Parts: sequence; C-alpha cells; structure tokens
Amino acid sequence: MTAGLELERVAAAYGAAQVLFDMSFAVAAGEVAVLLGRNGAGKSTTLKCIMGLVRPLSGTIRFEGRDITGLEPWRIARLGIGYVPEERRIFSTLTVEENLEVGRRRAGGPRLWSYDRLFRLFPNLAVLRRQRAGHLSGGEQQMLAIARTLVTDPRLLLLDEPSEGLAPVIVEQLAAALIEIKAQGVSVLLSEQNLHFAAAVSDRAFVVERGHVRYAGEMRRLLQERAVLERYLAIEGVP
Amino acid sequence: MDLGFVAVQFLNGLASASSLFLTAAGLTIIFGVTRIVNFAHGSLYMLGAYCALSLLAAMGPWASTPTGFWLAVLAAAAAVGTIGIVVEVGLLRPIYRAPELFPLLLTFGLVLIVQDLVKYLWGPEDVLGPRAPGLASFVRIFGYRFPQYDLLLIAIGPLALLAIWLLFHRTRFGILVRAATEDREMVEALGVNQRLLFTSVFFLGATLAGLAGALQIPRQAATPFMDLDIIVEAFVVTVIGGMGSVAGAFLAALLIGELHAFGILLFPRITLVLVFLVMAVVLVLRPSGLLGRPEAPSAASRHDSFPPLRPFGWRALATVAVVLVLLLLLPIFVSEYGLKVAIDTLVFALFATSLGFLMGPGGLISFGHAAWFGLGAYAAALLVDHLGARMEVTFLAAPLAAGLGASLFGWVIVRLSGVYLAMLTLAVAQILYAIAFQWVELTGGDNGLIGIWPPEWARGRTVYYYLVLAVTLSGLALLGRATFAPFGYALRGIRDSQPRAEAIGIDAPFHRWLAFAFSGALAGLAGCVYTFSNGSIDPSLLAIPTSVDALVMTLLGGIHAVSGPAIGALAFTLLEDLVMPLTDYWRALLGAIIVLLVLGFRDGLAGSLERRFATKG
Repeated sequence: MTAGLELERVAAAYGAAQVLFDMSFAVAAGEVAVLLGRNGAGKSTTLKCIMGLVRPLSGTIRFEGRDITGLEPWRIARLGIGYVPEERRIFSTLTVEENLEVGRRRAGGPRLWSYDRLFRLFPNLAVLRRQRAGHLSGGEQQMLAIARTLVTDPRLLLLDEPSEGLAPVIVEQLAAALIEIKAQGVSVLLSEQNLHFAAAVSDRAFVVERGHVRYAGEMRRLLQERAVLERYLAIEGVP
Repeated sequence: MDLGFVAVQFLNGLASASSLFLTAAGLTIIFGVTRIVNFAHGSLYMLGAYCALSLLAAMGPWASTPTGFWLAVLAAAAAVGTIGIVVEVGLLRPIYRAPELFPLLLTFGLVLIVQDLVKYLWGPEDVLGPRAPGLASFVRIFGYRFPQYDLLLIAIGPLALLAIWLLFHRTRFGILVRAATEDREMVEALGVNQRLLFTSVFFLGATLAGLAGALQIPRQAATPFMDLDIIVEAFVVTVIGGMGSVAGAFLAALLIGELHAFGILLFPRITLVLVFLVMAVVLVLRPSGLLGRPEAPSAASRHDSFPPLRPFGWRALATVAVVLVLLLLLPIFVSEYGLKVAIDTLVFALFATSLGFLMGPGGLISFGHAAWFGLGAYAAALLVDHLGARMEVTFLAAPLAAGLGASLFGWVIVRLSGVYLAMLTLAVAQILYAIAFQWVELTGGDNGLIGIWPPEWARGRTVYYYLVLAVTLSGLALLGRATFAPFGYALRGIRDSQPRAEAIGIDAPFHRWLAFAFSGALAGLAGCVYTFSNGSIDPSLLAIPTSVDALVMTLLGGIHAVSGPAIGALAFTLLEDLVMPLTDYWRALLGAIIVLLVLGFRDGLAGSLERRFATKG
C-alpha cells in the first residue's frame, strides 16, 4: 500500500466539547475510502482536521509521508488535498466560472482538470457557465463544489456527505462522477450516512462512533458484518 | 430658494458624496474580506490629506502645475496605502484569530496615536491647501458660482465605482476578494494564501482612504479632527449601504451627501440627528443595509469564543473581601484628589460592568453605551436644574430615565445582530449627543449645565465617596446576581445558539431587550453619580470617546470574567492618571498602551487572573 493519508490517534474538540478521541486510519493512494457513522460521530470534524480547518488537540496527520498536522488550510490545499464541505459553500454571488476561477492556481505545469475535462465530467455546468451560482439547484451546486475543488488538482479529495439532500437520480450521477475521478488516479475520502451510495463507490470503509474508529476493512467485507452494521449504523436488511 | 440654488446645492451634495464614497469603499472592502471594522480608516484619510500638503510644499513651484499637483495626490494615496500594509502586516496579522473586537480596539489605539502624530508633525492649527492648478476658478450654473474642482470631484465618484467594478469582475484578485467577502474560510481551503489577500485588500482600502483625503485639500483645510468626522460618516455610509457592498456604499454616500446638502437648508438645527435617523430607519427596514447580505456566522471560530462563566470560588471571594476592606479604609490613606480618582474609578467600574454584562452574557456589542451613561447624567442634571429636584430623587429617576431610553431604542436595536447592531447603538448615541449639543435652551448646548452639586449632607468628599461606594457595590452585586440567575443563563443560551434557545421556549428578542434596558439603567445610574461628583455635565458624556473608554475598560479587563470590566476600569483610570500628566502626547501614549495590551493580553487582565483562581480554588 503506497503512502496516502494516515491519521494517528487524532483528537479534537470544539471548546469544552471533545468530539474526536482516537481517530487512526489510513487511505492508500488511488483508493476510495468512506467514513460511515451516525450524526455527531465525528466524521465531518475528522475531515476538517485533515484540511486544517479544525486544529487537532493531539495526534498526527500525514499526507504522502509528510506531517501536515496544524498547517494552515491553504498550505494543505497546495500540498494536494481538496475539500468539499457538507454545506457545499459555493460562492453564490459569483458566476459558475468565477467559482472555478477561485481554485485555479497560476503556477504553470500540465493540469489534470482542465475546464474541458470538468465540463465533460459535469455537462450541466458547461451550460450554466455564466449563471450566478446562487441560482443553481442543490445537485448543480454539489457538482460545482466538487468541480471547484478539482480545479486545484488534488491528489486526495475529501467529500463531506456528498449525497445528502440530493434526488436519487442525481446521486447516481454523482456516483458515476466519483468513479471517473478515481479512474484519473485521485484518492477520495468521503463521509456518508447513505450506505447504498457508499457501497457503490468505496473500496474501504471505516465505521466511526463517538470519535473512535470502531471498524476498518474492505467495503465488501463490511457489508457481511451484520453485527457491526446494526450496532453502529442501526441498519437492518443490508443489501 | 429658487431652482438654480436647489441645483447648485444638489451638486454640492454630489461633490461631498464622492470623497465620502472613496473612504467608505475602502472601509467596506476591508470589512468584507477581513471582518475588521477599521476605526483607523479616518486616520488614513487624514494622513492622505496631510501627506499631500507636505508633498506639495516640498515640490516648490512645480506644485502649481497640474502634473505636479496630481502626482502629489497620487503619491500621497500610495504612501497611505503603504502605511496600510505596515499596519496590517505588523499589527493586525498576529491577532486575526482573536475575537472580532480586539482588532477593532487596536485600530482605535491607532486613531489616538495618529492624532498626536499629526499634531506633532504638522501642528494643531488648520492647514489650508492650495487650489488645484487649472481648476481654480468657477463655472456659472443658473447664475450661481460653482467651483470647477467640485465638478471634477463629482465625476471622480462614479469613475472610482467603475474602476472598482472592473477590478472586481475582470481580475483574479477581484474574484478572490468577492469570494472571500462571502466565505473566506472556503477561499482558504481552496489554496488561496490568506495573508497575501488580506494585505493586498488592506493596501487597496488604505489607498482609497488616502486618495479621498488628498482630494479634499483644495476644498477644505486639513485639521487634526478630520479623522473622527469622516469615520463616523463613513461608518454610517457602509452600514446603510450594507457592510462589504461597494455599490451599496456608493448609493449610501449619495444619500448622505444630499441629506447634508439639503438638511442644512431645511432643518439646520438637526442635521446630525437627521443622518442617524435615516440610518436607523434603513436598518429597521433592511437589517443588512441597502445592498448587504446577512452576516454568515464564521463556522470555525464560533465555538471556542466563550468559555463558561464561573461564580467566584473561595479564593476570589477572599480577594473581594480584602478589596472591600481596603475600599472602606481608603479615605484614611488618600488625599482629596485621591478620593476624586477613587470615585471616578468606582463610577467607571459600574459603567464598564454594565457594558460587560451586555457584551458577555448578552452577546450584544455596543459602540454607543455612553448614550445611557449620558442619559442618566442629563436626567439628573435637568431634574436638579429645571425642577429643583433633590439628589436622592435623581438616584432613582436617572436610572429609570436611562432604562426607559434604552428600552425605547433597544426594542429596535436587539432585532439586529453583529456589526449592524453595534453600528445602530453608535447611531443612537450620536442622536442623543446631537440633541444634547443642539437643543441649547434645555441642555445648555456645548457648555452643558453647571452647579449640579450634592445636598449639604453629602457634599464632603468622604461622605460622597461612601455614597458612591454603596451605589456602585449595589449595582455590581445586581449585575453579578443577574448573570448567575436563570435570566443570565437564558441570555447565554441565546448568545451561544439562538435557535436552540428558542426551541426550548425562551423568547430571545424579549430577553435581549430586557438585558439592554437593564444594562442601560445601570449605566444611567453611573452617569448620575458621576454628575454630582463633577458638579457639571456636557455633551462629551454622550460622545464616542466615552463609549470607547467603556469598551477599552471592558476589553482590558476581559468579558470572559464577571469581574473583568471593573478591573479594567481600575487599570484604565490609573493608567490615565499616571500617563496624562507625563506628556503633552498622552493620547499617543494611551493608544500605544492599548495596542500593546491587545497584542499581549488577548483574554484581558481578569481572564488571566480568573484562570489562576479557577485552577487553584
């Protein structure tokens, strides 16, 4: 397994409330991994810690062998990690194209995600190029949020609950896009509550509860672990 | 008043709107991206004017050619922009993660420093600038003379708006600025270097302020007071336009410019009131200004800003007991003058704690708390002066009047939030200031009222000291009690999460309104006690510096501790008393101390004390 992302005993808190206690897991380069768990388990906080938006209390986060714990977010972004937040947080007064422009870096070099390739991945966005992003539908905003992050050419993409609040047909498009992104060699770490969606796209799964990793293993193995699914995800009648 | 005169007056309004717009545009851009309310923006404007004057003086005969003149104006703007960079990199960058108020306080420290710097470098007298070469004469409009230079200014406003629009929509820098105005954390997560962005935004804003100042010199003399005059107007303009909106600032500048031009004709005595009344009306109708957007809570920094409050432990109680004994014995040890200082300290301790209650548990930031202090003082003085009331009566009537005033204005104020709320409190204080200043028959105007002394039995300094001590301690006890009563818990719940507090049945606006009135009443009590100690009142009690003094004391002591503001008041009065006699430039010294304190003690004095007590007791 080539070194991708590694978390070692990461703990984090908001003020007096500790959310993460012992998050330890690793995502290999080129892999799609998912953090599964209920609301409040610490999935989003884990992603924010990796991105530098929440400063860990203790523990180490390594990316491609390099310690990135406590770096400022923009430095982490430039090292090759992209982050798509749960609320999407697109710039609503900017046009679709201007949103993409924010992530574009001026430094030269061949770019994996040219606008052409992005618009092939998300054809809807091509039509909406000059629209104000605030006028987009929820699904289109999610596509834009992912595209905007891909412009920064990340080698690891962090997606926080990407399927939340989207219509089933849009979720299918999203899954197809994720598989295409993986095919381009980008690793992905997502957080999800939607097991169907997670199972469709992920190689590896980590089950999170109260700031601890309770289960780590291949996705298809997890689907057999009825006890784990019932205990931590309260899921019965697994597909 | 014929039509030609109206037209000329309209053009006058447009001309003054231009420089107001340039200043406010810089302010609003800086706020949009960095969330810093830059009090020192007026100082940058003032420096622009003085720099241009000095450059022109240094140029000799070349200054009277158009090339020379305009070069000096641009160079002055660039110089001020550079000062902006120095301020941002050297002073503001270290404290971006501190609560919003700290950068604000730091910029106010800069205001004090720059005021004295200007007096030192250019003298306290007004300095008249030269007329603009080539534009020194007049044109005739409907038979009235109108300066050519003002016509140029009228054109500069829209041109500047166009230039900023192009910059914001045609360049990557502009796209980043607009994106960061919406969500700067997301911009950073996309790999944009925050520091570079903040510094360049500060440069842009400071340059605009410097340009506005430099452009004013052919119109009016440069004075060491032009900073506060313009900053209040610029605040009004940015708030009416919507914080962060350049187009909004343009509209609002036109509105305010015209309001001044015509207000002075129609209602010459209440122009000041008029401006702030318009602002209040706009905020009531559109709580985020004309073209502003609701403030998004900053997701990352929200949580850790307020640690839980703790009642006094036994160690702290023991300290309080010792302090009490010392206070009771104080008249034995100190002189008459020392007692006067002690009385002032107690008054300000009460005043600052009332503000601390509003800002800490209440979560409402007020820039105009002097309004209620002054209202209490005026109520007491007017009752004594006009109705011959006894002092004892005013001790009840003054807090009642201040509380009523605060509940009247507060009913509107508490419906806003964040910076808009703070600005509306400033506006209300300015309205009251203007009334006190301009209603000469009732209030004595600028001179105020004198001879407001306590009755015979309380006239001795020592007796009055004990009276103030009793009043202050009761007030502080009341505030402390309220903080740890269910009322205080409800307030803190609303502050930390209004939706959750409302979901368990707490009426948020009502509680905030009550807190505002309560805090106002106690500030009024402080003002009343202060009046009888000084024997006089004047409008400065209601003015911005008084509000800022209270803010400085409160933040100096820290709002994370109940005792913070009182300790801050003690530190502040001692500081003022020790520093002021030392030098003519005490303002600069005070400013420098504020800056250093902000950089050094981010939790306030009591914050660090409290932590020691908390760990040991």
